[in-house]
Amino acid sequence: MEEAKNLNPSILQRSQLDLLFGALAERGYRVVGPTVRDGAIVYDDVRSSADLPVGWKDEQDGGKYRLVRRDDQAVFGYAVGPHSWKRFLHPPLVRLWQATRKSGGFDVAAEQHEQRLTAFIGVRACELNAIQIQDKVFMGGPHVDSAYKARRERAFLVALNCGQASGTCFCVSMNTGPKAERGFDLALTEVLEDGRHYFVVEVGSETGAEVANALPLSPAKPADTAAAERVVTQTASQMGRSLDTTDIKELLYRNYENRRWDEVANRCLTCANCTMVCPTCFCTTIDDVTDLTGEHAERQQKWDSCFTMDFSYIHGGSIRPSARSRYRQWMTHKLATWIDQFGSSGCVGCGRCITWCPVGIDITEEARAIRQSEIAPQAAAKEDENGD
Amino acid sequence: MMTHPMVPDPWRVQRVRRDTADTFTMELESANGKHSLAFAPGQFNMLYLFGVGEVPISISGDPAKPGTLVHTTREVGTVTRAMRKLKPSDCMGVRGPFGVGWPVTEARGADVVIVAGGIGLAPLRPALYQLLAARNYYGKVVLLYGTRTPADILFRKELQNWHSRFDLEVHVTVDRAMGNWRGNVGVVTTLIPRAPFDPHSTVAMVCGPEVMMRFTVQELEKRGVALENIYLSMERNMKCAAGFCGHCQYGPTFICKDGPVFRYDRLQPLMTVREM
Ligand code: SF4
Ligand code: SF4
Repeated sequence: MEEAKNLNPSILQRSQLDLLFGALAERGYRVVGPTVRDGAIVYDDVRSSADLPVGWKDEQDGGKYRLVRRDDQAVFGYAVGPHSWKRFLHPPLVRLWQATRKSGGFDVAAEQHEQRLTAFIGVRACELNAIQIQDKVFMGGPHVDSAYKARRERAFLVALNCGQASGTCFCVSMNTGPKAERGFDLALTEVLEDGRHYFVVEVGSETGAEVANALPLSPAKPADTAAAERVVTQTASQMGRSLDTTDIKELLYRNYENRRWDEVANRCLTCANCTMVCPTCFCTTIDDVTDLTGEHAERQQKWDSCFTMDFSYIHGGSIRPSARSRYRQWMTHKLATWIDQFGSSGCVGCGRCITWCPVGIDITEEARAIRQSEIAPQAAAKEDENGD
Repeated sequence: MMTHPMVPDPWRVQRVRRDTADTFTMELESANGKHSLAFAPGQFNMLYLFGVGEVPISISGDPAKPGTLVHTTREVGTVTRAMRKLKPSDCMGVRGPFGVGWPVTEARGADVVIVAGGIGLAPLRPALYQLLAARNYYGKVVLLYGTRTPADILFRKELQNWHSRFDLEVHVTVDRAMGNWRGNVGVVTTLIPRAPFDPHSTVAMVCGPEVMMRFTVQELEKRGVALENIYLSMERNMKCAAGFCGHCQYGPTFICKDGPVFRYDRLQPLMTVREM
């Protein structure tokens, strides 16, 4: 995404929000955004602001998610739901190729990935960071996932600076939010104040500028930008969770044998929910499907999880048969090995894994317990000294 | 380079040869006019059988002959069992080559000791070919090879040829002797203390089961070989081989793109942890 800086923020009235949908549709974009379905806010096709979760907010805690009515008409007055944008950029199921038997062999045809231009509405700062993290996984190594690249290049990101943190958010700890700093085409801050309802709009790319030019924007006054700043500052003060990341890589590398892993293994169901909802988890498996005639085969790539027994299967056994080693693998990957692999944490502090864990296992709590277990013996030793 | 890392290219079987009771070697030639597949010793390919499945298998042929693709493997699962039954002119899908291989060029000027256990000799054979092709660049070159029984010895003819060379030291041992075996008996690590190499100027390349590699490192260390001069080839579950699927992670490493060959000092903190 080409950066287009020095553009002053401007104002889009709430009543004009549908014009954004129109401008995107006119440019050939499929528009995807938040919408209420089965008691949760999920990402799906949206046609106008009427499809958005107007007046809803989410209450979240370990293993708990509930939608409740707001006492205002905020359009984006919720945090994040069970879906993340990886559903669109790194879909749960992708066909990689098809093969047909022919005399003396077979022909392989690579899947032609014709990706549509897609606009994502309401991408949170943590999610923007998650997208950049997956960019490194699929485009930053010796091999490039060309299908991912194509989807990514055709994505238009409308970021949303959060006006509401949930009980499981901790982006402030992970330095990934609540304000979108980069990697967006347009960024909105929703302001509801003194009977006014508007969005402060920032432009982040050339394409973003083009779309912005098609909208009836008015220049933002200093009071408007100040109001927008208050929105994010207030959200930053609402974080439901926190995680101390000081030397976290070294901390976890030192603690592969910590007893806490046994303790969490007693609670973990190895259900893999946490990996499915996580916006950065990228693991997949392949499934080779053959039709009944045996003449046609195809390879499918599907989301997979390090919590399954099969994941590490080799030569007749699993490398990680215990829940202990699988939870340890997941959490150590998120918070530690990821840093060595891709230069950043694999966790953006979105809180989904906490909310959607059926037994409410909390990554921030587990990290804290491991840190405490190192401090506790030292503190105990100190007390002994003081006792003399 | 490969056109698309996830899409197999068709190769044709020239022949399949049984090496031991449960291992065999396949020789393939390109079926689509893409005549060669240049690779580095220690790299591997993903081999696909139509309608059966795909497995990672190291390349065991000569890097100087990239027109013929040679793979040696053991019958361990559905796919390799079906591969064993391939006939000349049957077709197979190939993706690769993948990974980082043995430090053959980096080892120039030093002694080289190769320690292989069982099928572990297969991914080391391309390194041996390259070492011998540029023999003058190296000090002593030593091959220490161990198998369970004499019947499990791979590449017998070649071992005999190598054995008769004056510029290559070959020692073979078996865990259990049978029949008229007159050679060494004992695990491969017992060969290390008396092997003729200068520990202070040696690069060691090790491949075999993980326990065998662990004990080999211990013995090499006892001899005084620096840990950063010891290289091991690791194995994990693998689906994509391109760094996307996540299955082959081993601590901070991806076996498929950071390995399969690693410098031991990088593996050391991981190899002591159970269920890593
Ligand atoms: S690990 Fe949990 S909090 Fe962190 S990015 Fe993944 S789902 Fe969000
Ligand atoms: S931590 Fe929770 S969500 Fe993740 S596998 Fe365990 S029980 Fe499932």
